[in-house]
Amino acid sequence: MSGVTAIAYLLSGVLFIRSLGGLSKQETAARGNLYGMIGMALAVGVAGITWFISTDGALGTGMALLVGSVVVGSAIGSVLARRVEMTGMPELVAILHSFVGLAAVLVGISSYLSPRGAHEVQGAAHIVAMVEIWVGVAVGALTFTGSIVAWAKLRGTLSGKPLLLPGRHLLNAGIAGGIVLLAVPFVAASGPAAGLTWLLVMTVLAGLLGIHLVLAIGGADMPVVVSLLNSYSGWAAAAAGFVLANDLLIVTGALVGASGAILSIIMCRAMNRSILNVVFGGFGTGDVKSSAAPASGEVREISADETAARLSAAKNVIIVPGYGMAVARAQNAVEDLTRSLREKGVNVRFAIHPVAGRLPGHMNVLLAEAGVPYDIVMEMEHINHDFTSTDVVLVIGANDIVNPGALDDASSPIYGMPVLEVWKSKLVVVLKRGMAAGYAGVDNPLFLLDNTRMLFGDARKSIDSLLGAVGKKQAA
Amino acid sequence: MAAGATLADTANALWNAADVVVKVRPPTPDEASRARPGTTLLSLLQPERNPELPPVLQSLKLSAVALERIPRVTRAQKMDVLSSMANLAGYRAVIEAAQHYQGFFGPQITAAGAMPPARVLIIGAGVAGLAAIAAARSLGAEVRAFDVRAAAREQVESLGAAFLQVEIQESGEGGGGYAKTMSKEFIDAEMALFRKQAAEVDIIITTALVPGTRAPILLPKDVVEKLKPGSIVVDMAAEQGGNCELCKPGEIVEFNGVKIIGYTDLASRMAGTASRFFANNLVHLITEMGAGEKFRVDLENDVVRPALISHGGELLPPPPRKEPSPAAPAKAAPKPPPADAKPQQHAIMAPSRRAWGTTVGGLLVIGVLFVLGRFAPEDFLKHFTVFILACFVGWQVIWSVTPALHTPLMSVTNAISGIIIIGGMLQIGGQVDLASTLGALAVLVAAINVSGGFLVTQRMLKMFRRNPGGGT
Repeated sequence: MSGVTAIAYLLSGVLFIRSLGGLSKQETAARGNLYGMIGMALAVGVAGITWFISTDGALGTGMALLVGSVVVGSAIGSVLARRVEMTGMPELVAILHSFVGLAAVLVGISSYLSPRGAHEVQGAAHIVAMVEIWVGVAVGALTFTGSIVAWAKLRGTLSGKPLLLPGRHLLNAGIAGGIVLLAVPFVAASGPAAGLTWLLVMTVLAGLLGIHLVLAIGGADMPVVVSLLNSYSGWAAAAAGFVLANDLLIVTGALVGASGAILSIIMCRAMNRSILNVVFGGFGTGDVKSSAAPASGEVREISADETAARLSAAKNVIIVPGYGMAVARAQNAVEDLTRSLREKGVNVRFAIHPVAGRLPGHMNVLLAEAGVPYDIVMEMEHINHDFTSTDVVLVIGANDIVNPGALDDASSPIYGMPVLEVWKSKLVVVLKRGMAAGYAGVDNPLFLLDNTRMLFGDARKSIDSLLGAVGKKQAA
Repeated sequence: MAAGATLADTANALWNAADVVVKVRPPTPDEASRARPGTTLLSLLQPERNPELPPVLQSLKLSAVALERIPRVTRAQKMDVLSSMANLAGYRAVIEAAQHYQGFFGPQITAAGAMPPARVLIIGAGVAGLAAIAAARSLGAEVRAFDVRAAAREQVESLGAAFLQVEIQESGEGGGGYAKTMSKEFIDAEMALFRKQAAEVDIIITTALVPGTRAPILLPKDVVEKLKPGSIVVDMAAEQGGNCELCKPGEIVEFNGVKIIGYTDLASRMAGTASRFFANNLVHLITEMGAGEKFRVDLENDVVRPALISHGGELLPPPPRKEPSPAAPAKAAPKPPPADAKPQQHAIMAPSRRAWGTTVGGLLVIGVLFVLGRFAPEDFLKHFTVFILACFVGWQVIWSVTPALHTPLMSVTNAISGIIIIGGMLQIGGQVDLASTLGALAVLVAAINVSGGFLVTQRMLKMFRRNPGGGT
């Protein structure tokens, strides 16, 4: 039987790789997701049969527990998936990360306690088995609490402001050191009862570390944090795989871990920062202060009617959405506006900065939800040269990602971050609630440029009035 | 006659009898010499191009008002003959182009096939240019216009045409709403633009005039060569030498299948309307000058004085022109960063140090691996191999993901990391002990991940759809 199981796991592993590969392109993405589902069904099905055989059909309680958990869990999952609003995707992703972390903790502790556990082996094998459990539980606990904090921050339950305790680096190092040191008495412990205390203490420590690490990260870095936690959740699953000597868990965990790591790197490159800087930096909080005097100049406002006139007369329009669009839930209004402009023959496209929003690819999902065709939604590298030939750029609820200071002001905290070069177009209209700085807390000289106009107000209301004005022009 | 006019028998008799002579075209010196001394002459005079005329005017002490010199101020708009004629001519230029152009102006979608709209390029967005834009637009053409004056942009766009511009910043505002002659660099950039446009458009209408000199050549032969056969050029500056190098005033020239229309009498091709507008302008001018009994030539009048070229036996130089006050110089506002601004990327380490770091790190890792290999159980090493290989596979596979799919990717990894459900299942035993309970709990949360992750990914992916029209 174990041979069949191994082959089934191998097939699942291949399907998971194809699944992630399929997700790299729009055309194959849906198929990729399907591969993932088949792989999962295969793995769980075979594991279930193996379990059934190995327990000699010990039905009753064990079966009830298993089936009950699967049914309840799946039901909760599908309700979540159906109910979630696309603006709430970051929260959902974060909370799902925490579940993986929690599961890793539970599996680790359970396998330590289990009569079917690894206590019978001795010597090096025993040490390895204990260390595997230790690492698995530590990574799991850190992922669990970190993701919960990230989730709370994304929901707004916790403030997006970074919490910076004095000596926080020392604190982190202390906890990490404690986790490593506590492994010694744990491995040396004579039996489950003795070791459990150490394991639980360490779990709490790792949990605290997770909380503290994420609390210290500012709201603007959330895309990186979510990607990092994605990566951690993979490592947690892989560690559980080591604990249980299960190759499928190891492979899948490694895939997910690598995927999250790459996403984090991509996000960090998009902000021109190193991972260490994001994780330990406490960015935009006074560590770096702009030495330049505040830029002088005047802010010029524009009315919705005039904006609509300029949009209707334009040939090329680029819309730059930011987190503000998600907050105002303006994506449907934006889509309506896009459609009516396109019907008038205006070439409307979207420019997406890699870190726009609170989740990698957040803006793409919101626009897709509203029904914007994905082939007019462009990535930064592909559209950045096109601003020179653009008549009107609409910046909707974005700030730091269109800050020209990132290119030419060496004193700016976001100096060196690639940005969308909207100021090269003929007219930039910035939809904004007020003159507040972006998440990075940096002044934006864009707002004072000659070709920039501000349209103050709630993004959705502003776009609705634009839409009205464009429609009127059409009727006239 | 009913209005109280008398018809003179001959032109001579008219010149002899009238106190005020109104004429459209400049009189020849011969004609002018028939006037009685002291007569007021209202006409297009164009002394630059009729140099023999002013001495005649002077010797007969005529008060000669050159209609083309009426200043372009708001108050004088109703007397501005040039504007009203340019308006007619601009409209007529489009009509002439349509006459010779063998296609539709507006887009056509019929059972027999679809045609895109004609593309019309209008160079110079003065009165004539704007009239041409409006006419071409109303026929359904796609119109683009070029003008060196930035002020023209708004007017062009207000008529629904695209405003073209060159990359070089130079203001082309000359006096009196005309353009001035531009610098060499600007003209080069302009030519490049026209060359590019010529390959795209079907019809070009040029209206560029610089007062007092020959019209600038905007369409040299090589630009005309870029036009498709069957294209039309209407050169509205033909009378002043033409904007097109190949243009012959008053004629239609055919070159490479491109028709270059050089009519100098576009307004006269709408004679009735032209006369009515001209007459109305003149009525307003005469009213301005006092009309009837009180008619006189007032040297203080700021509309009449600039147009007056001779009075009481003297030739009057043009008065100092009151320029509209130039726009207040732009305040020192923040400048957009130069186009080539390239931020320094953080160099985390100098290359050589970096290489050292990689080498040392690599050696360390290899060392640790060997120690691990020496002491760790074989079982662990097998899993470890799988783990490292899987990391590399993941690394290779994920890099190619398009950023637009990052969120679905994340949710699908959420789902598949729910594979930890198997770990939970393995912990559930036959009876309810702590380990089984914890295992069951793990299965529960992992199941949330599996179903939630896959379903939400599916939901998201369904929303991504291609542009229904295809293309961009």
